[in-house]
Amino acid sequence: MATTTTSVRGAGPLAGSRAFLARLRDGDEIARMATFLFAASVVLITVLLVYQLWQGSALPRHRFGLSFFRTSVWDPVFDQFGALPFIYGTLVTSAMALLIAVPLGVGAAIFLAELAPLRLSDTLEFFIDLLAAVPSVIYGLLGIFIVVPLMRRVIQPQLKQFLGFLPLFQGPAFGLGFLTAGVVLAIMIIPYIISVSREILLSVPRDQREAALALGATRWESTWKVVVPFARGGILGSVFLALARALGETMAVTMVIGNTPVISASLLSPGDSIASVIASQFKEATGELYTQSLIELGLVLFLLTFILNGLARIMIAVTSKRGTGLGHA
Amino acid sequence: MNRRLRWRKFVSAFMLSMTGVCAVVAVSVLFLILGYLVVHGGASVSWSFFTNLPAPVGEAGGGMANAIVGSAKLLMLAMLMGVPVGFLGAIYLAEFSGTTTAFIVRYAADLLNGVPSIVIGIFAYSLAVLPFKHFSTFAGGFALGLMMIPITLRSTEEFLRSVPVSLREGAMALGASKWKTIATVIVPSAYRGILTTILLAFARVAGETAPLLFTALGNRFWSPGWSQPTASLPVAIYNYAISPYEDWHRQAWAAGLVLLGLILVINIVARGVLARGISVSRS
Repeated sequence: MATTTTSVRGAGPLAGSRAFLARLRDGDEIARMATFLFAASVVLITVLLVYQLWQGSALPRHRFGLSFFRTSVWDPVFDQFGALPFIYGTLVTSAMALLIAVPLGVGAAIFLAELAPLRLSDTLEFFIDLLAAVPSVIYGLLGIFIVVPLMRRVIQPQLKQFLGFLPLFQGPAFGLGFLTAGVVLAIMIIPYIISVSREILLSVPRDQREAALALGATRWESTWKVVVPFARGGILGSVFLALARALGETMAVTMVIGNTPVISASLLSPGDSIASVIASQFKEATGELYTQSLIELGLVLFLLTFILNGLARIMIAVTSKRGTGLGHA
Repeated sequence: MNRRLRWRKFVSAFMLSMTGVCAVVAVSVLFLILGYLVVHGGASVSWSFFTNLPAPVGEAGGGMANAIVGSAKLLMLAMLMGVPVGFLGAIYLAEFSGTTTAFIVRYAADLLNGVPSIVIGIFAYSLAVLPFKHFSTFAGGFALGLMMIPITLRSTEEFLRSVPVSLREGAMALGASKWKTIATVIVPSAYRGILTTILLAFARVAGETAPLLFTALGNRFWSPGWSQPTASLPVAIYNYAISPYEDWHRQAWAAGLVLLGLILVINIVARGVLARGISVSRS
């Protein structure tokens, strides 16, 4: 960070000190203007995106108001649109994904940052990066043909047999449904949690570990009671980042969730999520109100991810700054 | 050694080995995915897969030539849009801009980067499909290009900024104008990072499906020109996988193998070869 600011200050006065005409003759002003247009277009696109989502959902916003989020009837034939089943589906699947992915991801990050020799850690991180590059439709493909049958034949019957008394695991085992979507989502977000958490853990200053060890802590105690709490904010940031991905994840969820707008306490039940209802119905939506209701769902999704991403970025920035700051001291 | 200490040591060893298990599980997913794709799709990747049009339902054989060409066209459009905007915008941010403007542009780019791909699809639909009243290759390329912009912009800027000040000062001391310094000194010395960035952004959008669902749509046949709906590999995988036909499932596996192979090769080249020794920020 320190070097970047100096480079700007170093270059600024050099360019600024010459007269405008001289800069124009050298082409500097033209280059400046031209590149400015491209940079400004990024802002323009973003503003336009928000505007389009807002404008495009005017009809249901006026017609349904807040009841859009409270009603659970989604009936295009009678122009009844309630978003509750989709919001429920998105929240349930994402929560399940976090429940599975956070312990696994943070555990793996601890191994990579604290235990593995640098060479091994970098190699594993390389594979994790590749894993993060696997497109979601591929996860969906494996979800449909590998995870769903496995769920239907093995895992869900087992769950029903041993935990069937819980409302969470009742009803027929379809294979498709909340549980499967949650598991597939978990697999998808683990790489993000690992990558970001590993970097945060690596930024924790060495003396923190050494102090804990010198006081007689075991390796695990120094990690769990000193290093992890130090990095807590950043790890939480990585979780938020992963949650934002999970909420917006479309293809893999669409392919395994069952696409039925139902609110059910049972995780075995098929359901639907915000992103997947847009993916599966937008193209066929007839009538303004139908299309615009789907756009309003898009707006909701946008706002959710916007807030989470913002929080995540702040937490990661604060934690890594604290880490490196102390490291230099 | 008393019992308490022995217990603590045991907990330490146990928990640390559990973290190792977590890491192994996480990494093994990659090999499981590759393994399944090779086993299920390997047999169906043949010459005709790359050269033939999809066969009608019930008829064996057929390929995905139209989807492969469609994907290539979409990605070309995406590059034409995403790379110039991202690259030149990054030059403005790194070389010309004041702090306030830079903050706003960076903020907008980060925001755009976090937008779920399905929402990008809605946006591209309302800008590039609705006004023309039909789905098109152009609209699909536009959607993918939108996704490339923030990725390219943010990491190109980082690479430009990491060029040492002494190089800039040297060029300017020799009397070069600012844009000449940028074009002949700064960009060339950051080119490996920039190329890596572009490759990774390309690989990222190559597998995107959601933004194409209602922009490029899909097509069972060739799509002439740029204003017709077109097939693409990711959308074809989706449509074939959710279809009820055994034969289409095999094609979906094959297409998945080809797509993932392409993406992994680009990633390996970009991260392992080009980016050796420089740190690539993840997007």
